[in-house]
Amino acid sequence: MKQEWPLYEVFIRSKSGLSHRHAGSVHAADDEMALNNARDTYTRRNEGVSIWVVRSDRIVASDPAESSAFFEPAEDKIYRHPTFYDIPDEVENL
Amino acid sequence: MSDKSVLAAYAMRLGDNALILGQRMIELVAASPELEEELANANFALDYIGQARMFYTYAGECEGAGRDEDDLAFLRPEHEYRNLLLVEQPNGHFGDSIVRQVLFESWYLALLDVLTRCSDEGISDIAARAFKEVRYHLRHSGQWLVRLGDGTEESHARVQKSLNDLWRFTGEMFAPDELDDEMRASFNGPHLEVLELQWRLDVAAIVAEATLELPDDQWMASGGKQGRHTEHFGFLLAEMQHMQRTFPGATW
Repeated sequence: MKQEWPLYEVFIRSKSGLSHRHAGSVHAADDEMALNNARDTYTRRNEGVSIWVVRSDRIVASDPAESSAFFEPAEDKIYRHPTFYDIPDEVENL
Repeated sequence: MSDKSVLAAYAMRLGDNALILGQRMIELVAASPELEEELANANFALDYIGQARMFYTYAGECEGAGRDEDDLAFLRPEHEYRNLLLVEQPNGHFGDSIVRQVLFESWYLALLDVLTRCSDEGISDIAARAFKEVRYHLRHSGQWLVRLGDGTEESHARVQKSLNDLWRFTGEMFAPDELDDEMRASFNGPHLEVLELQWRLDVAAIVAEATLELPDDQWMASGGKQGRHTEHFGFLLAEMQHMQRTFPGATW
């Protein structure tokens, strides 16, 4: 009988200054292996300078059934967007 | 030997180790236990073949006889390959492969480290690139040895047997021949007896963490550096050279 290894979610920082982004997932028997597998699966073409891995079952996720209560109240709050500021050209990645 | 012929022979030997181990690992493609392990193994195999290409190209330049990387990789007879017997050993089961990788990579990493400081720039440049790759390979293989050794009763017993079986191929790594002596005298190359002390410490640490026993120093096999190979080598070579022998100079 084959027992599946746990799933880990992989987050990659593509260069210094940017935040980590979800890249995908890997199977691994332990944390160290998850980091290795993430490196070998998702950074083969020089995609990253930093990797985070976390067991998928440790992620607390919002419930899709609750999405109207969670997200819809923010839809019409235009005053929360900082659209009234001019952003200088020098500021990147905002 | 002239300086150039020492460098040519030494680079060729390094290329042989990398190519033959790379070929062994390529045999595992599509046979790994997990997709992620499959990718990792194929990456590492290609790292080794990339190192072989660099060493062979440089060997060809030093030799000055017009042979390129393909000539050296594919068109030599068995006795002209000077790789260690350890790297040509069959993959066996997963634990056998891992033990072979750990024993070789811990030696190779220490060797490359010294070669990055040798006085020949051609060798030291390639060694510096290879060192980074192999440091990661050893991290991977070393962690697997710990997982298997410190795993279940069965994995422990099987990987201990792998270690005992492959141990006899490690003596050759530290027995200097004339070429090692010349490389050391002329280019500040590795002192293999000193390397052995470091290697024993490194391997002992991994083996202890894996809750395994270091085998006794038994009779050691040798001959790879002189071109006398084990019975597995001819089969490996036949498969590896098949295309070039059948369609000489074929490209795509």
